[in-house]
Amino acid sequence: MTLLGDRQQLSYIASQAADARVNLELETEGMTLNIGPQHPATHGTLRIIARLDGEQVVWVDPSCGYMHRGYEKLTEVRTYPQVTALVNRIDWLGSFANEVPFILAAEKLMGIEAPLRAQHIRTILFELSRIANVSLFLGDLGVQLGAITPVFMAFRDREYVLNLIEGATGGRFHPNFDRIGGLKDDLPAGWLDETRTVMKKLRRFCDEIEDLLFGNEIFQSRTRGIGVIPRDIALQYGMSGANLRASGVDWDLRRDQSLPMAWDKVDWKVWTHPDGDSFARCWVRLQEVRESTRIVEQLVDTIPAGPVMTKVPRIIKVPEGEAWVCTENPLGEMGYYVVSQGDLGPFRVKIRSASFNNMSITPWLLKGVYVPDIVTILASLYFILGDIDR
Amino acid sequence: MECLLSEGGFPLSLTTDPATATDALRDGVLASVQEALGDMIVDSLVKPGDDIWARVRTESWKEAAARMRGLGFSYFDFLSAIDWLPSPFGRGEDDPTEPAPVRDSTIRRGYTGGDTRLQLLARLVDPTTSIGINLKADVPDDNAHIESWTSVYAGANWHEREAWEMFGITFDGHPDLRHIYLPTDFEGFPLRKDFPLLARIVKPWPGIVDVEPMPGGEQDESAQDGDAQ
Repeated sequence: MTLLGDRQQLSYIASQAADARVNLELETEGMTLNIGPQHPATHGTLRIIARLDGEQVVWVDPSCGYMHRGYEKLTEVRTYPQVTALVNRIDWLGSFANEVPFILAAEKLMGIEAPLRAQHIRTILFELSRIANVSLFLGDLGVQLGAITPVFMAFRDREYVLNLIEGATGGRFHPNFDRIGGLKDDLPAGWLDETRTVMKKLRRFCDEIEDLLFGNEIFQSRTRGIGVIPRDIALQYGMSGANLRASGVDWDLRRDQSLPMAWDKVDWKVWTHPDGDSFARCWVRLQEVRESTRIVEQLVDTIPAGPVMTKVPRIIKVPEGEAWVCTENPLGEMGYYVVSQGDLGPFRVKIRSASFNNMSITPWLLKGVYVPDIVTILASLYFILGDIDR
Repeated sequence: MECLLSEGGFPLSLTTDPATATDALRDGVLASVQEALGDMIVDSLVKPGDDIWARVRTESWKEAAARMRGLGFSYFDFLSAIDWLPSPFGRGEDDPTEPAPVRDSTIRRGYTGGDTRLQLLARLVDPTTSIGINLKADVPDDNAHIESWTSVYAGANWHEREAWEMFGITFDGHPDLRHIYLPTDFEGFPLRKDFPLLARIVKPWPGIVDVEPMPGGEQDESAQDGDAQ
């Protein structure tokens, strides 16, 4: 650092004052910037209207609904087994994970539980959905910042996981595999060995991404200290998943509630980060993919024998009552509030999707940020349009 | 349930008998909620090992939220509504060539009861214990107004916009009550039960022309006692 001479310092102060005066005297006109509905950073059709003052955002108005499909209304004219085909399409990158809480809610109302083997397979497929979902996020993250390579690696390694999901369920994206009382089928022969191999590949993918992206100086300077969400604000807005844990809240629904799933039977860790910025959110997600591969490996080793389906009536009528079940989905907390009146189909289903709450913070969060940071903050919040619009 | 007998030594039903089970943890939480909210609570229910429900008075909806937040329920989960009117269109499977069937329009309410057709439903969670509570409140039939939660939980903003456009419930004190999903000029409240699902009405459900008896249908005798044995 150089010390300025007196004369230099005075002229510097004078120029600063002149600048400030110009800024006051010039009446700058604000500008409205429209992002989307079709934009690579919006993962679908989210439209963001931003009012700018120079390079800074004065307010933003996210406009959703371009993909609203009215699933809550549609569930009222479907039977319980038919609803899983709908809810598959909410978060389309982690489809199997959407089915699980709805099926668990129906099972809770009926007072039944899936056999132990089905619970294990459900948990394995649930975590595979998380890996498929979040690995795409990790690749996409680079694209938002101008780095093209990670997305190719992500698509390459995600394909292995999709092949596994396809091998077990028959569907790459929309398995529709979960049934009330268990699962449609048992696992095919050789699937467990294949899973072990793939999990090793995915851990290597995580290491590569951590090296390439998280250690990158540009990445760090674009994300550290940007888009900070304090703990109290995150809770008020109902943020969940990695977004909440990146704000230092040690809360994971897989660990902190008892569900008839297999997460309590394996050894894994909940990662948190105290910073609450964009970097923390991305970092927590990376660690969660690693933990998921560990969960899957342990479950594959300890999977019990037995049936995958309990005995349920062929025509399923769910007794009268109300049930709330939520799980820790790839995007955050996903829950279903199911009201049954003893009919073939639900009377009312409230779908609580993670991205809706996670995105509702954007008018608060994007206020005052610079224009290029809009894209990185949105990317780090990680939303999927189907999960906002339902 | 007789259909849940175990087979091959596997316990197929692990749930405890609800009649005898107790839940000291949730009972304790409800007791502290009742102490803080006093006579704002009209009715409450604890299902052991499951969840807590409480119905609060319409006029104290916002005050109840503020006190719940003071109790440590700092996590706002969701806010929505339920229309308890049975759908006049059934399941949308009526034959359009036949006269419309007469349906029972008696309202059957869920847990903690209620007096009105529309009911608000919100869920708050204490993140330190992971214990949540489902709060309900009646919304007057003739004047569907209720106080907004946005000044207590900022996250209620979008949820109230959704409930407003889907159910026609106006939230007094909401800063920005406008459509969130639907077009600005949309008329009607789609999630109300008397709003027809037009896709099912303009094109009859294909199931009504399918005369082949379904396996397990009413003509199928084996379905009467289920598939259990």
